[in-house]
Amino acid sequence: MDRAVIESDPHSLIEGMLIAAYAIGASKAFVYVRAEYPLAIVRLEKALADAKAHNLLGENILGSGFSCDIRIKAGAGAFVCGEETALIESLEGNRGMPRLKPPFPAEKGYTQAPSNINNVETFANVAWIILNGGAAFAAMGTETSKGTKVFALTGKIKRGGLVEIPMGLTLRDVIFGIGGGIRDGGTFKAVQMGGPSGGCIPEHLLDTKIDYKALGATGAIMGSGGMVVMDSHTCMVNMARFFLDFTAKESCGKCVHCRIGTKRMHEILTRITEGKGKEGDVELLQDLCNGIKAGALCGLGQTAPNPVLTTIRYFRDEYDAHIREARCPAHECAALKKYEIDPAKCKGCTMCAKKCPVGAISGELKKPHVIDPAKCIKCGQCVATCKFGAVAVK
Amino acid sequence: MCDCCQKSDLSKLTPVFEAFAGDDHALISILQKAQEIYGYLPVDVLYAIAEKTGASPAKVMGVATFYTQFRLKPVGKNLILLCKGTACHVNGADSIEKALVEELGVGDGETTDDGLFSIKTVACLGCCSLSPVMMINEDTYGSLTPAKAKEIVRKIREASK
Repeated sequence: MDRAVIESDPHSLIEGMLIAAYAIGASKAFVYVRAEYPLAIVRLEKALADAKAHNLLGENILGSGFSCDIRIKAGAGAFVCGEETALIESLEGNRGMPRLKPPFPAEKGYTQAPSNINNVETFANVAWIILNGGAAFAAMGTETSKGTKVFALTGKIKRGGLVEIPMGLTLRDVIFGIGGGIRDGGTFKAVQMGGPSGGCIPEHLLDTKIDYKALGATGAIMGSGGMVVMDSHTCMVNMARFFLDFTAKESCGKCVHCRIGTKRMHEILTRITEGKGKEGDVELLQDLCNGIKAGALCGLGQTAPNPVLTTIRYFRDEYDAHIREARCPAHECAALKKYEIDPAKCKGCTMCAKKCPVGAISGELKKPHVIDPAKCIKCGQCVATCKFGAVAVK
Repeated sequence: MCDCCQKSDLSKLTPVFEAFAGDDHALISILQKAQEIYGYLPVDVLYAIAEKTGASPAKVMGVATFYTQFRLKPVGKNLILLCKGTACHVNGADSIEKALVEELGVGDGETTDDGLFSIKTVACLGCCSLSPVMMINEDTYGSLTPAKAKEIVRKIREASK
């Protein structure tokens, strides 16, 4: 949603930053934008030029004696640079590796000078709060989380997109009220909150209020405001594997626990999704999770275990089904899929046998066909080809 | 040609060095500009940047290999960025990748023999409501299916003939 703010209302960001700069007496400011968002950079460049042309930015702003310049720094594709000290390292032209804290950026930040670092959405709220007063902002939301928050509602949802809501609505309000529920007639399974470092929240917690404290209690986080809805076709073990694949690749490598721990966790999760899981794997995962949480310097490492911990907490039965029965309840894990032809439905049209790339399907014309599980590579071509819905995935 | 005897036209870097003269923290910006010029970061260019900025070649190489945006090898004429963010994953990005690999015969980080296509998977393109999504050069293609992805690539290939 930060991208949407910069692309659609860049001046709200500029104004917020200038007010913050004025408050702390800063004369230099940077906006660190992902290079993957070229339109955001172009529009912010224009907005900065326009603001300068009106003397709202630059030297002696509106004759106030206050000067501040804002520059854009394009990121270069490193997730860890969302961590404040890694971002500062990147601003300085270094590898984006987090610093030891303390000292915090407020004491020693950019070029070792005291710095204030905030998210785009936070700065974009500043002008509104000053115009309407803190009480008006605090009137929205809950006891511990005030105001509104923008979420990126997506996944298996009928109406996805960016939604701004007052804090305190329930997950159900957002997913079923605003999002219209699950698309394609599916059933809700979980919602993944807070990006790759977030957690998966199951159906029985759908009435959880959206505020920092209540979300934290579920094991998820507010994080980036990502809200990815999953239906019954999503395998939660595979989902955890997917997130660990991401965090293992994006770990900067500074802390041993994060660098090696996420890799080992990814290996274990991969093994489980391939039906090669062992008794004790879940406990080993939990042990690694605790180690990484305790042993990582920055937010990336400390929160990387969240997807694993929450899926174990709420979907332990899926882990057990993979490990003990070599079965994927969501029928998503390719290695655990079993393809079978229902003889009652099969018309013997031979289409699937012709399509099968490994010749695993045999049978006579107009007679039910069979799949040889020893040859089957589980590519799913037969399912896509069959016009009678006779191939079942089990 | 091996990397060590590569000869890039280094004079193209002059305006870049001028633009960032006196800025000690501009290494990433300089590398970005250099990649815009050469399409990738040739080794001799990295050495030239090290010499001009006063950073050690090891540091320049360290930064160039840390960030996924930088590449040390040339890419194909059409760079396919396939999004594998969470929303795209849930909506079937893996099947899109499989379809592209089938169609092009190369995988993530590779370039086709004819130099027409390179595939690169990326973390998130930031347009989750269009998922699954890919970008080819400047164009974004959303709501993909495996068949649609193959069709798009075929059309570009036909147009390049």
